[in-house]
Amino acid sequence: MFTILGIPSQALFGQLLLGLINGSFYALLSLGLAIIFGLLNIINFAHGAQYMMGAFLTWMLLSYFGVGYWWALLLVPVLVGIFGLVLERLLISRLHHLDHLYGLLLTFGLALIIQGLFRIRYGVSGLPYGIPLTLAGGQNLGFMFLPNYRLWVILLSLSVCLATWLVEKTKLGAYLRAATENPTLVQAFGINVPRLITLTYGGGVGLAALAGVMAAPIYSVNPNMGADMIITVFAVVVIGGMGSIAGSIVTGFALGLIEGLTKLLYPEASSTVIFIIMAIVLLLKPAGLFGRRV
Amino acid sequence: MTRYTRSFLILIALLVIGPHILYPIFLMKVLCFALFACAFNLLLGYGGLLSFGHAAYFGMASYVCAHAAKIWGWPPELCILLGTSAAALLGLIFGALAIRRQGIYFAMITLALAQMIYFFALQAGFTGGEDGIQSVPRGNLFGVINLANDLALYHVVALIFLGGFWMIFRIVHSPFGQVLKAIRDNESRAISLGYRASQYKLLVFVLSAALAGLAGATKVIVFQLASLTDVHWMMSGEVILIVLVGGMGTILGPVVGAFVIVAMENYLAPLGAWVTVIQGLVFVVCVLLFRQGIVGLFQRHPARLKKST
Repeated sequence: MFTILGIPSQALFGQLLLGLINGSFYALLSLGLAIIFGLLNIINFAHGAQYMMGAFLTWMLLSYFGVGYWWALLLVPVLVGIFGLVLERLLISRLHHLDHLYGLLLTFGLALIIQGLFRIRYGVSGLPYGIPLTLAGGQNLGFMFLPNYRLWVILLSLSVCLATWLVEKTKLGAYLRAATENPTLVQAFGINVPRLITLTYGGGVGLAALAGVMAAPIYSVNPNMGADMIITVFAVVVIGGMGSIAGSIVTGFALGLIEGLTKLLYPEASSTVIFIIMAIVLLLKPAGLFGRRV
Repeated sequence: MTRYTRSFLILIALLVIGPHILYPIFLMKVLCFALFACAFNLLLGYGGLLSFGHAAYFGMASYVCAHAAKIWGWPPELCILLGTSAAALLGLIFGALAIRRQGIYFAMITLALAQMIYFFALQAGFTGGEDGIQSVPRGNLFGVINLANDLALYHVVALIFLGGFWMIFRIVHSPFGQVLKAIRDNESRAISLGYRASQYKLLVFVLSAALAGLAGATKVIVFQLASLTDVHWMMSGEVILIVLVGGMGTILGPVVGAFVIVAMENYLAPLGAWVTVIQGLVFVVCVLLFRQGIVGLFQRHPARLKKST
């Protein structure tokens, strides 16, 4: 035990770890939002609800079918992703020719429906989900205790972010970027742009669901978990700007850390610090830290 | 007699007969939400700016008004005035920040700023946290009219509503309103014609926030309660729903929408959590099939959001 700036090291590193965990979720969720925004030009308000669905589906797979965490990690993003595909095909694709704000309103309505249905079925008290056995326990690093599961969440989130960033560099990424710039021209080259859009939405939703699976053992699984998260993620997106994938990842982790530090130094401001940073960034660099001027 | 004078006369007639047919408390709730929605519609329908955080101004005004009435014992007219001013000031600060971005970002910024006010209301001392400020005294208007009488209060609320409604009508049809619509339809062109678009946007934002605050403060006097519900993002969603159902960019749309939505909520209240689901369904149906809204159905050229390029 030692102290830094009068703060016991255990408390400091503990809060920084919590900050990194929150940052992992901010990064994953803002990444999904940025991917969807890039191609569909809509802000997916249902992102929080889809994250919540991921956590619930993980819980349901275990409670009703005895399917454990590792299978859930694979199955849930696919299932919720398919749900996203259906939503895009049936509803969202009808709004492509309209102002983007209608997309925001539509997905807001969808979020209300999804959250409401889960609230009716499961109440608001929250359901427990145990940490998978393989990841129970933790490491004593000398200056702090590091639970294995938390380390896993940070590593997994980092690798998923990295993988997405790499995908953007491939041919598929080039198609996506081209379709963002000029969909008509890309279509003329023989690429099925509407299908690309549907798949992109499904992919973004799948990422939200993956974050949900990872969150299930950490936060209590309840219907409101996504709604509060998504507004903070919106602020993260405004701070980072949605122009670059790397930007969303860096901003997500950094803001998680700052939030963790605030909890330690000035706890009263911990729930508002991200919004205050957003206001400052808007004053100094309105386009966001990594954004292009729109 | 122009079309507008006729509409006004019909509205006044409805306001006069209203309390003899329907429960005054219900009507006052409709009027408060109608004013709130009119204020929101001024920003969205005429300014083209979708604020997803109007609950902040509505809620902040209701807390300030409730605090002044209950703790300081101020008369209701001053409490409402103070609440409205607080909302206008908040609108000035948040508006100056939010108009730096456009479209979807504008919506996200206003939502995030409003969430900050929610956390502030949750933690600050004067708001009473989870309990809110309860049993706010209605008091005597100008020291003469006892507002504990529902019918007397109804007439005061109706006058406040009419005042706000008339003011919005005048704003929309003034030269300022015309420039605003020009900016909504084509901002670059308006700027190239020499209009300072951001000043116009900021002014309409402050006006809208102030009128939303007027609605919130009046609501406190009616229900004698300021609570976290007033600043929650659901409240911001609800006012959007009202305007969407009634018809955005129409003068009477928000009033009709408020009547429909408040009636629906009263009627469906026993269903509990299903209300949220039904609100979500109404959102989806309106956006997909019914973008012009109820009042828009009767207009030849309904206003709608233009596709921005």
